[in-house]
Amino acid sequence: MSEATGTGPGGDGQQGLAGDPARRRWMGVLARASAAEIAARLDGLPPLPAHRRLRAPETGLVMLRGRQGGDGQPFNLGEMTVTRCSVTLPDGATGHAYVAGRDRRQAELAAVLDALLQDPARRPALLAAVIEPLAEAQAARAARQAARAAATRVQFFTMATMR
Amino acid sequence: MAYVAVKGGERAIEAAHAWLAEARRGEPAVPELGVDQVEEQLGLAVDRVMAEGACYDRGLAALAIKQARGDLIEAAFLLRAYRTTLPRFVAGAPLDTGAMRIRRRISATYKDLPGGQVLGPTFDYTHRLLDFALAAEGEAPPPPPEAPAEAERMPRVTGILAQEGLMQPEARGEAPAEAEPPDLTREPLAFPAARPLRLQSLARGDEGFLLALGYSTQRGYGNAHPFVGEIRMGEVAVEITPPELGFPIEIGEVTLTECQMVNQFAGSKTEPPQFTRGYGLTFGHAERKAMAMALVDRALRARELGEEATAPAESEEFVLYHCDNVEATGFVEHLKLPHYVDFQSELEKIRQLRATALREAAE
Amino acid sequence: MTRPMRMPLAAGFADPVLDAQCCFRAALEAMARPGRVQRVAAPPEAPPPLGGAAAALLLTLADAGTPVWLDAGPAAEAWLRFHAGCPIAAMPGEAAFLLATGAPPPLARLAAGSEEEPHRSATLILQVASLAEGDGWRLSGPGIEREHRLRVEGSPPGFAAEWAANHARIPQGVDLFLCAGDRLAALPRSTTLIPG
Repeated sequence: MSEATGTGPGGDGQQGLAGDPARRRWMGVLARASAAEIAARLDGLPPLPAHRRLRAPETGLVMLRGRQGGDGQPFNLGEMTVTRCSVTLPDGATGHAYVAGRDRRQAELAAVLDALLQDPARRPALLAAVIEPLAEAQAARAARQAARAAATRVQFFTMATMR
Repeated sequence: MAYVAVKGGERAIEAAHAWLAEARRGEPAVPELGVDQVEEQLGLAVDRVMAEGACYDRGLAALAIKQARGDLIEAAFLLRAYRTTLPRFVAGAPLDTGAMRIRRRISATYKDLPGGQVLGPTFDYTHRLLDFALAAEGEAPPPPPEAPAEAERMPRVTGILAQEGLMQPEARGEAPAEAEPPDLTREPLAFPAARPLRLQSLARGDEGFLLALGYSTQRGYGNAHPFVGEIRMGEVAVEITPPELGFPIEIGEVTLTECQMVNQFAGSKTEPPQFTRGYGLTFGHAERKAMAMALVDRALRARELGEEATAPAESEEFVLYHCDNVEATGFVEHLKLPHYVDFQSELEKIRQLRATALREAAE
Repeated sequence: MTRPMRMPLAAGFADPVLDAQCCFRAALEAMARPGRVQRVAAPPEAPPPLGGAAAALLLTLADAGTPVWLDAGPAAEAWLRFHAGCPIAAMPGEAAFLLATGAPPPLARLAAGSEEEPHRSATLILQVASLAEGDGWRLSGPGIEREHRLRVEGSPPGFAAEWAANHARIPQGVDLFLCAGDRLAALPRSTTLIPG
């Protein structure tokens, strides 16, 4: 793809958070959580502020790529569905979400939370109430799967040598 | 061929569709199959439809299977048709299968490789005896056993061979300038096809066709000496860089099956004898497909490795033009559409030839 | 590598799928009936100088596979990139779609397709002051029974001659949308134009 011209880098006051590992992490956690799981974590918190849809939830595709041989040149493997959404809050903060699948509600919740989490005043409470519990649940699922895999690991033992 | 527009049959078609809907539902006294049941309990059919439909979405694939009454090629067709209605936002970063969260990982070349042989949920050691307990209303099976997971890395067998210089390295562009791979969903196939294009075509190719071709290379139609270096199945994170963010984010995970087939290579004028790779990668848990793909990928490399290419699996035009079951079913099944005019001309020709032949025989 | 974009401030279509489908239908009508004026629902926040119809057309037609050239300034570029995901073409000849709010680049310099693949040609979206049916240009050709009249205020000087040259290249050539406010009309390359 040709590089865009005329769109200079950044300048939106968000650059401090661009590529911020913390932001990448919460976006990844929200992408792996269902709308119901996110909503359950928001239950009991003060209601989310009203937001404006900058880009309404929309489902499209991402082309997934592999590497030939596992580590060589990229090739196009096939596409996957993805839903994206972008919102702004009354204070001007902008949130984005790209989540695998077709769940529009998940994408919108994730975008709103992305906008809120960029506010240093709101961040600690939201991390504690929403992101960390979701991340823990995801880690627990992965750990259980790893434990099941470990139980199917073959323990070889050598038979007495036959002559 | 000539076609003539024919009108009519609307009522017959409507009646056929109504009957199809009823046949799809089956006996009403039997509970209806939910799409979530297909997704959860016919998961390998879902995987196959995602792979051949070239679209990763378990729910859509399950719906397609239900709509197609279990006809998996029809289901892949439905999924392909649906994907054409969606915009493509961006391409993902190449999936890092080396960082896969492993559910299954086996090697046929080294017994004691680091990370070990992990069987995962496999049919391999089942007795292939019908289990009539499944025909009864079953209780939920007990949860499978767990064992402490070691944080041991699972290096690839190909990497182990590469350390000794015995594995041909894969060509790889320099990082930022890495070329955009060709995409057969945007540009029609052209020959000779580069390996990335071949792999895309094989990844969406029909499992049965690739299985037969892979098998043929083992039976002598091709010069194959394959070993399963490694098969791994599990979850891999999907990462994209949305232009409005400018940094990479994870958007979820996909289940993939990867097969690295290790093949002997006698060497050429420019390269010493070493091992080469055949590569298979598919959506979902699809081991047979990944293995067949790896065999065919290696066979299709014959020409570039300077080997004699005479077998069907080594002919890229033959393989790539015929491995897509949606294209194949379209062309085969179009034969049942009206060919009334073509056939009229055939009839006339045969009558003439026959009359001539009979006249000559009589003279 | 991708660089972060300037913060997009304005919304696009309220419903990206349905609104784009409605606009696509209007664009299809316009191309099928050259010179007939269609109205489209404009995205409410398109940054100036983007007009409603031109903005709607771009959101409908442009995507990651179609480089777009435009002369509407950085705000419009950023807005379009954000909502349509399209790359911005540096040169008019590289673009699949072009938007001219001022003097358009010469039609002869735009992608015109090839004899084998005439569809690999550019579509120019030209913003003009006004569009009205009834008098003005005399249009004829496929999709027009006898003649359509279209009054275009604000078309570039010498346009009729340029269009004649474009029309003469069939099957190659450029297709044109004319936009004024929320109104649009189309001239596919097959249309003959006589100034009136």
